[in-house]
Amino acid sequence: MTEPIPVFDERPDRYKGYRGAARALLERERVGVWSDVLARTSRGDFAGIILPRSETADDRHIVIKMVSGYNVGLAVANVISMVERGYTEAHYKVPEKEFPVDGGKPNVVLFGTGGTIASRLDYRTGAVIPAFSPGELYGSVPELADVCNLRTEKLYGVFSENMAREQYIGLAEAIGRAIREEGIDGIVVGHGTDTMHHTAAVLTFMVQNPPIPIVMVGSQRSSDRPSSDAALNLIHAAKTAGTSDIAEVLVCMFGPTSDEYGLLHRGTRVRKMHSSYRSTFRTIGDIPMATVDRDEIVPLRSDYNRRREDREVTIDAVFDDRVSIIYYYPGMKADVIDSLIDCGYKGIVIAGTGLGHVNKPLYPALKRAHDAGVHVYMTVQTLWGYVQMYVYDTGRDMMELGVVPAANMLPEVAYMKLCWALGHSHERDEVKRLMLTPISSEITRREPHDGYLIYQGGLPEVAEFVAGNLK
Amino acid sequence: MKTPEQMTAEDYARLGFMAGLEVHQQLETDTKLFCRCPATRYSPRYDAELLRHMRPTMSELGEYDGTALMEFKTRKEIIYRIARDTVCTYEMDDAPPFSLAEQALDIALEIALKLDCKLVSELHIIRKQYLDGSIPTGFQRTTIVGVDGELRVGERIVHVRQLALEEDSCREVSDRGHRRVYMTDRLSIPLIEVVTEPEMRTPAEVVEVGEAVRRLTRSTGKVRTGAGAARQDVNVSVKGGTRIEIKGVPSIKMFRALTHYEALRQKALLDIRRELLGRGLRPDTFAPTWHEVTALVRHTTVAPIRKALKEDGVVYAVRLPRFRGILRHRTSHQHAFDHELSGRVRVIACLDGSPNLMHDEDPGMSIAPRLWDAVRRALDCVNGDSLVLVWGPAEDARLAASEVAERAREALIGVPSETRQARADGATNFERILPGPNRMYPDTDLPPIAITDERVARIEDTMGPLPREWEACCRERGLHLELIIPLERSGHRDLFERVVTELNVPPKLAAVVLGQLTRWARRRYALYCDEERIFELFKAFAADRFTREAFRSLLKSLGSDPGLKVGDVIEAALPRSSAPDPQATVNRALAEETHWRAIVAPEARLKAAMGVAMDAGLRGRVPGREVRVLVDEALSAADIEREVNHD
Repeated sequence: MTEPIPVFDERPDRYKGYRGAARALLERERVGVWSDVLARTSRGDFAGIILPRSETADDRHIVIKMVSGYNVGLAVANVISMVERGYTEAHYKVPEKEFPVDGGKPNVVLFGTGGTIASRLDYRTGAVIPAFSPGELYGSVPELADVCNLRTEKLYGVFSENMAREQYIGLAEAIGRAIREEGIDGIVVGHGTDTMHHTAAVLTFMVQNPPIPIVMVGSQRSSDRPSSDAALNLIHAAKTAGTSDIAEVLVCMFGPTSDEYGLLHRGTRVRKMHSSYRSTFRTIGDIPMATVDRDEIVPLRSDYNRRREDREVTIDAVFDDRVSIIYYYPGMKADVIDSLIDCGYKGIVIAGTGLGHVNKPLYPALKRAHDAGVHVYMTVQTLWGYVQMYVYDTGRDMMELGVVPAANMLPEVAYMKLCWALGHSHERDEVKRLMLTPISSEITRREPHDGYLIYQGGLPEVAEFVAGNLK
Repeated sequence: MKTPEQMTAEDYARLGFMAGLEVHQQLETDTKLFCRCPATRYSPRYDAELLRHMRPTMSELGEYDGTALMEFKTRKEIIYRIARDTVCTYEMDDAPPFSLAEQALDIALEIALKLDCKLVSELHIIRKQYLDGSIPTGFQRTTIVGVDGELRVGERIVHVRQLALEEDSCREVSDRGHRRVYMTDRLSIPLIEVVTEPEMRTPAEVVEVGEAVRRLTRSTGKVRTGAGAARQDVNVSVKGGTRIEIKGVPSIKMFRALTHYEALRQKALLDIRRELLGRGLRPDTFAPTWHEVTALVRHTTVAPIRKALKEDGVVYAVRLPRFRGILRHRTSHQHAFDHELSGRVRVIACLDGSPNLMHDEDPGMSIAPRLWDAVRRALDCVNGDSLVLVWGPAEDARLAASEVAERAREALIGVPSETRQARADGATNFERILPGPNRMYPDTDLPPIAITDERVARIEDTMGPLPREWEACCRERGLHLELIIPLERSGHRDLFERVVTELNVPPKLAAVVLGQLTRWARRRYALYCDEERIFELFKAFAADRFTREAFRSLLKSLGSDPGLKVGDVIEAALPRSSAPDPQATVNRALAEETHWRAIVAPEARLKAAMGVAMDAGLRGRVPGREVRVLVDEALSAADIEREVNHD
């Protein structure tokens, strides 16, 4: 069945992505996106379908997809003429298969915040079309049906770096409703990985004492590629949400880079540690909660909140985002802090050097901040270890200026917690009480020896370990 | 079955033989294509392993591509072996690509220009999906550099469809059961893929075109040589058949047998189809059945089945209605139709024992006749049906049974689209279902790259002539083809020009030294001498520091240590202080070493005497022709002396 070719002037978006010289050429030749053209150029003839152009690309080339499936760009300056021979518009539609319901399987809700958990390719255009509804997900990750019954709800469609106050509150409230009103067995939150640990931390503070697992998941390799970690992560997360007895906010991502097992990290102690590796999420200063694979969940520790039958949960979704993080560097000037005070910020988390230090020239600014009612907390940029401000005089000086040591809270976690605490109160002692009373291990009483393990490559014993285990 | 020697061009024309080539040639670059890893030679050493599975991604119709589905059915665990010196997080698919290596692009453009391709104005990197695991990402990054080129082969023109620049894949180490192991050292080395139109009409022509493409790429002196550096795929079809891709042919010479037997295989499959249709079978109503028959054959003595049963495996029987005789129908000089079934079982069900199936017309290994009878009854067989047994772990054996049934059904349609593996004997094995065209999509990790007119002009200005132009130029200088081809392959073409024009070295000598002696040193002693020092050597030669006979040993010495200076090497071999007197040396040597006297044939006698004289310290110092005059004189004197004594 061939579709009628739409009248040229009535085609919507016929110059999609083209501007300047490239657009002028298309207008002159009366061809556009999805036109199947024969182009005469000074470098010879080229035939193919004109594709939309990326907005960020230059205006000197036209992109066509040839019969071979390859895309090539034709320089506008080289094009002599273009003749439309046909028209092939891409259709964006994801096939759906009904997600089977099995009364014997746990019920899981998947909240989407953005990013793609699963997707499908449109080979004509190269577009990656996200799959999200249960039917779409079942079509691309059919194993999910072996694990749970699934309901999905798209809350947001933002990149994870654009998650902020509004989304945190909305997400926490949606989780509360799902727990109280739906009688579900677990929640999965699909999230971009960049700020997944920020959201995991704030959810821990906003959703307290949940009766079921709340599992955050994402992927480090996009789901359009055969090697993606997305499907396996999603299967692990759904399994954890549906069957694990850890009723806490967890991050579920690859343990090793191999397709072997996932790790369940506590939402307040986890951090993205590599810009691209699959095994990027690591528990810092402690060990993870459990491992998860297709067959089982193996706890690595026993000090966690157990799954409950009741539907009680404390939703405490407040957030004052007038807080900033200062990543200290040698030679930092006081005006950095002054400007935050002047701009009306109410909280500052400092990632200090070593045990938690900044240089003397900042002291006046810190005092000024204190006097202005700004809450200042100290964390360490070493990530591992505790703030200890008694060891050196400078630390004691700073405490006198009102800087509060935040123990071994990770800087991002301290940031999220200070936003949350300031949502409750601006009274100094109350904020301090909220900050320093751990809700879920954001401050731990002790650091075990194996909470800090960064093996150094190149050493013979490490080489032996690596050779004997999958990476 | 006819051999290639027994077929004429007319025979192939009657078959409707058509073939096209895809030549993959690695480029000689410092780094890999999309990262800064060195593009070095291969090494079996590795220091870590990682495991991945490949998931098919849906195509636009909501269906999985045939190949994709097949690979997923196989449930393979892919193991990658990695070494820290040759592989980084990019090849591991744990980091996005770095920008494309400009050096590789320049070489690809040069070859595209030499093939008269139309160059694209802007490169778009595309992801081409491969689910066999040969690339950890699951796709190959590839980009079209030029299209619609042509290549002169003898008197005819062969059209080139396209030239792509792409990253190489992994080397397979093993593939057993559900586990496939790859080495990653080759991964991401830049290579070009030259695709010709399917214009070859005989197997001999395929060889000829393959050689022409290789000659052209090598003539740049910027491509890798040696084992695995050039690999060819060939597409073959006959009238009524299907395009079959034979992958990874290491030697061009093998094309002749491979394409010949593939054409005959397709003809055999078409004959089988006609026979089956004649028996009233139709693909849509063909109803093979299969059942587990483990209990029935439990007491067989057949070793592979016993082994499977001992490992808690099961046995399935497949009934192929009205297939009698088909499984024994020859499809190549090595195989019958049952080989087609066995290939699917091996690849898709991961049952790679040998044999991995048997049938009731099998002249070889078989279960007892009464067991066949029992199985026949169990599956309600009637006369004219065929029975196939497969065995293995339950899930694999069930998949094997359904694959046997599926392949039998495909026999009613004709020649299934497949990629096939080349075997050394000229036959092929099933490798996988041929992937569809719908497996390409843009790489969003890299921006397009403009190919400017300035860049093209720069490459045109610096690139050497085409093989045929250069050949003509060499012939004018008195070189014949036996000297031209090795010189071209050596990559020392530019150096040859310099030596001949700047130093006035005789072209023949320069061609021998650069084309043959450097290759001899490399192959025999794995010695490699850089061009600057070879030029220095020629300079000393041109200044009469040594004679042509010394090139061989001097090249060997120079190649042994890249730090050695040319002057020092010459001085060590031929010290100036001990330059001998030619006349006295010849006379002394021939008097001391006398075995040449016993040789009667004048030619051989002269040769032996020359050897004695040269070995006495003249080689490399005194031109051979001068020594020869002296030896000639000495031999004549000896003859006179002998005659006098006889008298």
